[in-house]
Amino acid sequence: MTRFAMVIDTRTCIGCGDCVVACKTENNVPEGLNRDWVVEATRGTYPDLKTEFRSERCNHCSNPTCVTLCPTGASHLWKDTNIVLVEPGKCTGCKACIAACPYDARLVMHPDGYIDKCTFCHHRVEKGLDPACVSTCPTSCMHFGSLDDPHSEVSQLLKTREYKVLNPETGNDPNVYYLT
Amino acid sequence: MSEELFVTARNNALIDPSLHIWTWEVAMYLFLGGLTAGIMFFAALITVRNKDQVAPFAAARLALLAPIVLSLGMTTLFMDLEHKLFVYRFYTSFQVTSPMSWGAWILIVIYPVSVLQILSTLRSGYSFIAEFVDRLTIGRLILDWSERYRKEIAFTVIPFAVVLGIYTGILLSAFSARPFWNNGVLGILFLVSGMSTAAALVVLLARQHSEKELFTRIDVVLILAEIGLVALALISLASGSAQHLEALESVMGGSYTIPFWVLFVGIGLLIPLLLETLELSGINKSLAMLAPVLVLVGGFALRQVVLDAGQESTWTNYDTQYSSELLQRLQQLD
Repeated sequence: MTRFAMVIDTRTCIGCGDCVVACKTENNVPEGLNRDWVVEATRGTYPDLKTEFRSERCNHCSNPTCVTLCPTGASHLWKDTNIVLVEPGKCTGCKACIAACPYDARLVMHPDGYIDKCTFCHHRVEKGLDPACVSTCPTSCMHFGSLDDPHSEVSQLLKTREYKVLNPETGNDPNVYYLT
Repeated sequence: MSEELFVTARNNALIDPSLHIWTWEVAMYLFLGGLTAGIMFFAALITVRNKDQVAPFAAARLALLAPIVLSLGMTTLFMDLEHKLFVYRFYTSFQVTSPMSWGAWILIVIYPVSVLQILSTLRSGYSFIAEFVDRLTIGRLILDWSERYRKEIAFTVIPFAVVLGIYTGILLSAFSARPFWNNGVLGILFLVSGMSTAAALVVLLARQHSEKELFTRIDVVLILAEIGLVALALISLASGSAQHLEALESVMGGSYTIPFWVLFVGIGLLIPLLLETLELSGINKSLAMLAPVLVLVGGFALRQVVLDAGQESTWTNYDTQYSSELLQRLQQLD
């Protein structure tokens, strides 16, 4: 299984939100819905405050509970990768996958009734391109690639920098990494 | 301090600020599914134990309610689906890791089992319907056959009823992302609650005194078991991880405390337990019809509270300290 990962540098991210706009434009995300979002986290006691910006989205987990709990197979892994997609023609809109995601809000309701979500822009990945959010980032703080290749940019970054994932204790094995 | 705020909007429908994907439709289905399981179970049990004389309603007439109640439940479940035209997709695959897929197939299997159970007592329970069936040769043969194997059919019904009753709980407990549901006791709790509501329904509908008394007795035992299981479920949460403790908080001071303790535990379990005990001991019979009604209300309350509290429980919390009061004060400074 090819393991795609997104590596986001919280130290160079300035929280501009371009990734969110790029996603909406690239994927025609219905109005009012968001496949990705940016969180500004501030910790500490004044004046020793630390701020971190995180561009968040579906973690395309290696152990995706949204796929295991889908009753129809609509929620599935794309072409033997960890990219989690939903097939609208198989989706009953039962919403089990929404409840199954420990990161809440990874899956959003399309106005037509099926489940819509971040696709890691698999239609771009197929052509060897980066996802829209990554390619548009003005500070180049976002990186995308395969973790199977030890020489890929994402593998090298995780080898040389300190990083974290969100709530690793869920056991879902998320694939969006944050450099800290 | 620790503060997290959204730089870009996140107000996804049904998800923000906290999950509210499933409402009363699903709770009603979970309730009616459990009730159906109880109905089929008791109709079979009375047959297996040869208690036709003591409980003629449960023995001969109760089973007919099963497909009616289940169909009502499936209707509300269908109402909850967002992509309704694609409902047939439940039946174009079987997903072994998804309890919901198991449930979809269990529901399909339950209908023929239920129909067999009804046919096996149709002549004694609903002679006016049986008359129509008997007019056809094949109908008469089927009724003869199912009557002859009435006991065998009843034995078959029991495991199916138990699986139906237990699966609605397992369905929720399989969601590792929802700490409030992620609890092995839930399946058994829903099964016992479903049986208790079915026993209450028999008390309401039966005419014969011996039958009312038998099912009141059964219900007292089931309510006691349910109280024990609720305690176990709470203990299981209380001895869990931070996420489980936070989930427990929702019924221990949090927003679902009153529905849980007053509506479910108080009105749904303790008061009917008291009323039924008083009735059996012959002290007070004036409220005989109230207890089973409260048990039914409590059964629904259990599903609704568990459904709501579970959706609110989560692994992902953003420490947003947004305060409208603070904002107003800042605006006044301008």
